[in-house]
Amino acid sequence: MVDRLLMRGNEAIGEAAIHAGCRYYFGYPITPQSELIAYMAKRLLKIEGATFVQSESELAAINMVYGAAAAGGRVMTSSSSPGISLKQEGISYITCAELPCVIVNIMRGGPGLGSIQPAQGDYFQATKGGGHGDYHLIVLAPSTVQELADLTIKAFDLSDKYRNPAMILGDGLLGQMMEPVEFKEYDINSIPSKESWALGSSHGREARTIVPFNLDAGEMEKINNRLKQKYIDMQKEAECEVVNMDNPDIIVVAYGIVARIVKTAIQKAKKDGINIGLLRPITLYPFPSAVIRENVHKAKKILVTEMSMGQMVEDVELAACGKAEISFYGRTGGVVISPVEILEEVKKLLK
Amino acid sequence: MKKVFEKPKSLTDVPFTYCPGCHHGIIHRLVAEALDDLGIAKDTIGVAPVGCAVLAYLFFDCDIIVAAHGRAPATATGLKRVKPDNIVFTYQGDGDLASIGTAEIVHAANRSEKITVIFVNNAVYGMTGGQMAPTTLEGQITQTSPYGRDPKTMGMPIRVCELLSTLNSPGYIARVALTKPAYIVKAKKAIKKAFQFQIDGKGFSLVEVLSTCPTNWGLSPKESNEWLEQKMIPYYPLGEFKEVF
Amino acid sequence: MAKVIIDRERCKGCELCTLVCPHKIIVMSKLFNQKSYHPAEQIDPEKCTGCAFCAMTCPEVAIEVYK
Repeated sequence: MVDRLLMRGNEAIGEAAIHAGCRYYFGYPITPQSELIAYMAKRLLKIEGATFVQSESELAAINMVYGAAAAGGRVMTSSSSPGISLKQEGISYITCAELPCVIVNIMRGGPGLGSIQPAQGDYFQATKGGGHGDYHLIVLAPSTVQELADLTIKAFDLSDKYRNPAMILGDGLLGQMMEPVEFKEYDINSIPSKESWALGSSHGREARTIVPFNLDAGEMEKINNRLKQKYIDMQKEAECEVVNMDNPDIIVVAYGIVARIVKTAIQKAKKDGINIGLLRPITLYPFPSAVIRENVHKAKKILVTEMSMGQMVEDVELAACGKAEISFYGRTGGVVISPVEILEEVKKLLK
Repeated sequence: MKKVFEKPKSLTDVPFTYCPGCHHGIIHRLVAEALDDLGIAKDTIGVAPVGCAVLAYLFFDCDIIVAAHGRAPATATGLKRVKPDNIVFTYQGDGDLASIGTAEIVHAANRSEKITVIFVNNAVYGMTGGQMAPTTLEGQITQTSPYGRDPKTMGMPIRVCELLSTLNSPGYIARVALTKPAYIVKAKKAIKKAFQFQIDGKGFSLVEVLSTCPTNWGLSPKESNEWLEQKMIPYYPLGEFKEVF
Repeated sequence: MAKVIIDRERCKGCELCTLVCPHKIIVMSKLFNQKSYHPAEQIDPEKCTGCAFCAMTCPEVAIEVYK
């Protein structure tokens, strides 16, 4: 029987991670995700062989993740926007070293110290690589507490599959809200073995090194080419929810919490005889360009809406290749878009 | 005749990339001798810094990871927490540990992570060409203290052993030098003791090794040894600062 | 009786070994090695006591000692 619990988003992430066999967590307090670090403390400190460390900074935490991942541990860290910025150098190292781990960003208003309300202003940082060098994270964008759990588990699996960090890009609203959530069966023994590359005892084998650098440019380029091939292979993991797309008057593209708000707007719009279609990217990297491209012709107007000044809109424009008139509506600083605002914006565009 | 002194097994055959007279090579050998003597080489994981010793992964015959500049104690924490039965050591310079990595070393020591830190203090940034480090002495001329380190604007040199010894967590902390055979014998003992401290699960251990940097000090290896003895040792006294478990 | 073997090619001519030999029987060779350093070499080998001071001091692990 799968237990169905009423849980806060942040804690659902923690439980899902543990459910997926995560036994190592390194984190630092920051609103609006501190419940996650507290949850991991409460749970992991009671599990034999598990480790919970509240580090001295988010930067130290990601470098602990780097070590734990190098030793083959299924490991996670989490933070919110400013803390994720502190992790960027470490994330670049981990990606270059081709190590799996899960990084959770419960976004808040920015820039600077910003605000503690929900926002989506870290899209570029997450999907274009916030650190130095050419690299990408697998980026998954949940829009419900159930998806927070499911996508966290998926993040661990994809991270192992591609030996590349995976990021859960949530926001303060998702993190703080409570919803029922189920934890489906997960076979911990299905976790791929790391013995072929993890560091540890080198009895009976050659010593191994994890060296994310090379003073020989040609050799460093080979590392880049290997990563590039990985990102090409990853494209097939792209996922996008398609809602109400049988002859829409307008298509809205939104992800995460905003996509849920759009779903409410869709119901409201029906009463006014307006048919809104929704495209909801679930993977922000790899971005579901194909799905966007296949659907943009189904309506004359496309509205991208985000809790930012417009970041994903650029990827939508790239995907649409100029074949559609794309406009944008956004709120920033932690202001949450309301369904009414989206409906008004739609009506303006359809005039 | 029997061979009484040779290259330790846990050093590879790769010739060192360090400058003539630099003590990194001696320190590498002492660490490797400790690993051999304690029979732990095959169970050891090294964490290399960013600095001259970033290439340590070429020289040690055990698993090694290169950490981000200053972050080796954090990376070592992650490694040790996942593999508590393995021996984990970091090898760091003074720019790596006492400048950018200050928070990481202080907190790893304060959590008494069961790791061993080999801290090489040569009073400059070596790899990048001789800039001032937190351990650069008062009045010492470097690329970034061209008129001598001025405490009024650049602060006084940081004594890491003394700093870390004020922490109330368990730990073994010692400072050694290598300018005389007698000192080298003591240094080896301290390094072995530090690893033994970890093997026994007693907690954090760190050995600060005063080292020369002939190239960036602009002195010959001989003169560098003398400078270290006359100038560094008085400010960085040798000895054991802490042994609490 | 004791002796040392100095790996000429591994030596970088830093001279530290010459300073610590209690019998002053290690000097710098007039010849060059491949990296154009003057490597250290032992003279009067019969005076060597195998104390290994030179080997302990060598930053290149270039000296083996036999006793």
